[in-house]
Amino acid sequence: MTLVVVGASLAGLRAVEAARRDGYRGRIVLIGAEDHPPYDRLPLSKAFLDAEGPGRIEPFHSEAALRDELGVEPVLGAPADGLDTTAREVAVDGRTVSYDALVIATGATARRLPGSEGIAGVHTLRTAEDALAVRAALDRGARTVVIGAGFIGSEVAAAARKRGLSSTIVEALDVPLIRSVGAEAGAVCASLHREAGTELWLSTTVTGLEANGGVVTGVRLASGEVLPADLVVAGIGVVPATGWLAGSGVPLHERDGGVVCDATLATGVPGVYAAGDVAHAENPLFDGELMRLEHWTNAAEQGAAAARHAFAPESARALAPVPYFWSDWYGHRIQFVGTPRADEVVTAVPASGGFTALYRRRDRIVGALTVDRPREIMKYRRHIAGRAPWPEALAFAAATAA
Amino acid sequence: MMKIEADRAKCDGLGMCEAMAPDFFEVGDDGTVVVLDERPGEEYRQDLSAAVDACPVLALKLRD
Repeated sequence: MTLVVVGASLAGLRAVEAARRDGYRGRIVLIGAEDHPPYDRLPLSKAFLDAEGPGRIEPFHSEAALRDELGVEPVLGAPADGLDTTAREVAVDGRTVSYDALVIATGATARRLPGSEGIAGVHTLRTAEDALAVRAALDRGARTVVIGAGFIGSEVAAAARKRGLSSTIVEALDVPLIRSVGAEAGAVCASLHREAGTELWLSTTVTGLEANGGVVTGVRLASGEVLPADLVVAGIGVVPATGWLAGSGVPLHERDGGVVCDATLATGVPGVYAAGDVAHAENPLFDGELMRLEHWTNAAEQGAAAARHAFAPESARALAPVPYFWSDWYGHRIQFVGTPRADEVVTAVPASGGFTALYRRRDRIVGALTVDRPREIMKYRRHIAGRAPWPEALAFAAATAA
Repeated sequence: MMKIEADRAKCDGLGMCEAMAPDFFEVGDDGTVVVLDERPGEEYRQDLSAAVDACPVLALKLRD
């Protein structure tokens, strides 16, 4: 037996760990495009950017520990090039690796700013190298312009302000984060930027970059204005890394090319499962909606489940996760559970501070967002997981608002 | 007997432990974890292991 896991980030690592923990003694091959053994991306846009941050990115396990303690054959610095689901072979680095069970965990790649090739000082923030480059620019006191007011971009803006640097966000939408948290909560998040001194340009598109000697000097807006910049970070979304699956028969999502799977993470191709940022999985908790989640918690949970199911498809169980993500800006903590796709959103500013938004679909609560209410968020998660009726969630909110 | 150890200096109050095992963990008002019962029975090992594994900042341990 051979388990092949393609993608050496959190989901891929959890897949190999789960296989060993379940007592699987066979061969495991872990294929990763980056040179490093799996490391945690979570701090890259957070603590790592702080002036007093760690300055180093430690892997979860060294390459030696992967080999000796987990019994994994790492193939690093080598992206998979192709998949033959009939022969059950993954092509990588000019050779093929046969599998009995395959977990696809290739994640997603940050979308690059068009026209930014060859201009120094323009970055995305996805990999360890990206984070090192952004941190180095902040260390040099860069004037920072972030394109895209999503969570990654917002965290970069907050890191710049924390160091006392000027920070500007340019966002094409009129409300930031509208797809992630909806309009009401998005507006509250926007106000956190302004209160902290980050300039926020909404409904504004970028038409190009200004550079001098190959180094960025500014960001040109559709209005003709130029925002001066030494560091430009594009947080404009990601694309699932599935180019290597073309023609393999693994079903890919028509919109973004992510891997489509059922609630057990099965792709329908024998032996092939998907996990993490790359996977669109049916979620029975939300009317079977296909969800592709870019969350730490989801990558960890799906990675482990995909490996287990690949070995024992007969005992596979449907996952019904309550999505959860959080983000820290300017000393505020934003937490979200569930889905923002709702019929109604009710917001409240509790007397003791912070902010709460509850999301209703038909007669039940399907989502909750809190700002600076760390005690409550997991209670709402329980309401959502238990399909609690809407009035029950409202009553809980009222009882905790005092 | 199993013992839960929580490193409150490491804890970031994200609440994954509370999500996995709400009878044993709760995020308190100060935004860090409160362990509700430090000496759980053996029958809870699976839930508690899941909670330990789910912690993004590795603040939890189970000791025998």
